[in-house]
Amino acid sequence: MTAFYPPDTEPKTKTRSTGRGGDRTVAFLTSSAGIAIIVTVVLVGVFLLWRAIPSVMADQVSFLFSREWDVSDTDDLRFGILDLLYTTVLSSVFAMALAVPVAIGIALYITQYAPLKLAKPVAYVVDLLAAVPSIIFGLWGIIVLAPFIQPVATFLNSTLGWIPLFGDGIKSPGTVFTAGVVLAIMILPIITAISREVVDQTPLLNKEAALALGATKWEAIKMVVLPFGKPGIISASMLGLGRALGETIAVMIILSKPAPNADFNPSLFAGGETFASKIANNAAEFDSPEKTGAYIAAGLVLFILTFVVNAIARWVINRRKEYSE
Amino acid sequence: MSIKTATPRPPTRVQHTLKPISRRRIIVDQLARWLILAACVLALIPLAWVLFTVVSRGIDLVLSLEWWTQSQRNIGPRDYGGGAAAAIQGSLIQVGIAALISIPIGVLGGIYLVEYKEKKLTKPLSFMVDILTGIPSIVSGLFIYALLITTLGASRMGFAVSLALTLLMIPVVVRGTEEMLRIVPNELREASYALGVPRYRTILKVVIPTSISGIITAIMLGIARIMGETAPLLILVGYTSSFNANPFSGEQAALPLMINVERGNPLPPGQDRAWAAALTLILIVMALNLGARLISRYSGTKK
Repeated sequence: MTAFYPPDTEPKTKTRSTGRGGDRTVAFLTSSAGIAIIVTVVLVGVFLLWRAIPSVMADQVSFLFSREWDVSDTDDLRFGILDLLYTTVLSSVFAMALAVPVAIGIALYITQYAPLKLAKPVAYVVDLLAAVPSIIFGLWGIIVLAPFIQPVATFLNSTLGWIPLFGDGIKSPGTVFTAGVVLAIMILPIITAISREVVDQTPLLNKEAALALGATKWEAIKMVVLPFGKPGIISASMLGLGRALGETIAVMIILSKPAPNADFNPSLFAGGETFASKIANNAAEFDSPEKTGAYIAAGLVLFILTFVVNAIARWVINRRKEYSE
Repeated sequence: MSIKTATPRPPTRVQHTLKPISRRRIIVDQLARWLILAACVLALIPLAWVLFTVVSRGIDLVLSLEWWTQSQRNIGPRDYGGGAAAAIQGSLIQVGIAALISIPIGVLGGIYLVEYKEKKLTKPLSFMVDILTGIPSIVSGLFIYALLITTLGASRMGFAVSLALTLLMIPVVVRGTEEMLRIVPNELREASYALGVPRYRTILKVVIPTSISGIITAIMLGIARIMGETAPLLILVGYTSSFNANPFSGEQAALPLMINVERGNPLPPGQDRAWAAALTLILIVMALNLGARLISRYSGTKK
């Protein structure tokens, strides 16, 4: 039985479709995914703020400048982030200082020195470092690596001990020094990957010009490649720093918690807690909104810190893009 | 007059001005070369060392069938036996749900960024994805805690972990998809439009098939990244040594949590289990990584 349609209401067959319906559907789906992502990120900020503010308001000591952290009594919250901030920044900056020269070395080797057959495998192996889960780096760092690098720490302490940074710390290997070395290994792949990409874009003509003028290979690198890659390397280092600031489980496993009310020790060889390790260490105690709020406030500061560092990284690299295009 | 000036100078004088490279410059050059090579070697040491440690300490347990089929239920801290099956199951469930949510959102978001460049939202979206990329995993855990548990009154559960992992996986998938779509030559799109094919069919039938292997690679790298995440799990779910296939209620084991619990047991059985669980986790993550690389190498997007 065939259906009868009046000529003006005849349904459009597939071949006659203008595609408007499909276009609308796909545009709708993709833009809703985009909006969902935007809304989620905004929600992250809003919820952290909303949950943190009441606790910070109820804080009996200065949130930014106090070293205390005692949230056991919800009517008398006393918490400040000064120590957390110091340990977080110290371990991450130390890690960055260790990782950046090595990362630049690898990037230069892969792009300038390595024979073609070796460049790819080396890059791949360094990338594989990023695939090792951080909890395994933490476990390996405290059990295997820490005893091995302890003599270096002892040596630095005995020769440079007069500088507060290298002053006397704790006996156990769970120091900021150990954590920093492990963090350096963990952020090495990201710094290497980005530096490599940028260094690789050096215009060949500039380099050949330097070589033609009689520069040695290293001089050509120093005069042409490194200046060209500098913004990219800075940006890569900042991204690595951002990664190190937020690293949780490896740092939590390695760092020894200091005794409550211990004196402030600026040394690399002291223990301590970072924002992330403090939150993770106390995850089992999130039983009241006030208490949880204190940790969420610490998390919010960490979020802002990493955001600022990452924003600087992006700004540096984007500025260069504007110049070179 | 020009004949006179054209007379070549004696070659000896020219050679005299080109001095050989000074010894100092040669030494610096060679030193730099060796330092750069040393940096490479230095970077390879930790990888080899970590892998060696984990394999040598964990291989015994991992090679037993029991490890892959049993849970740790009723196994005391002093006893050997049991396996990591409950933790593997928990990890797969949590990561699986996270992947199911992040893949569509991430891929569609990536398509939006590249194929709908003219829309107003692409700039803010790109910025938000950048923020999401840099968000520390513990912060994503705290956010889900504040949203789901403090505000909505839910209890700790595997599903909460999945949501936190979703936040960490989405930016990897968006950026991966975006990168792959960008290298699809514009000529392909233009050819399709010229034939009268609507935009959505161009995206579905031309752009995506061309870049599908790259997108799959990005998805697998995203899964590999969240598989080893530990921080959100510490906040959002309790550990149990038993099987629990329900992500919506009760405690659920996961490989990173199992490592974290067993490392706290100073007795040899606990330490062995921690390393074996670490090896299991590394095997899964590395397999995902290698798979991703193989896909991108052997069926890579044609440039």
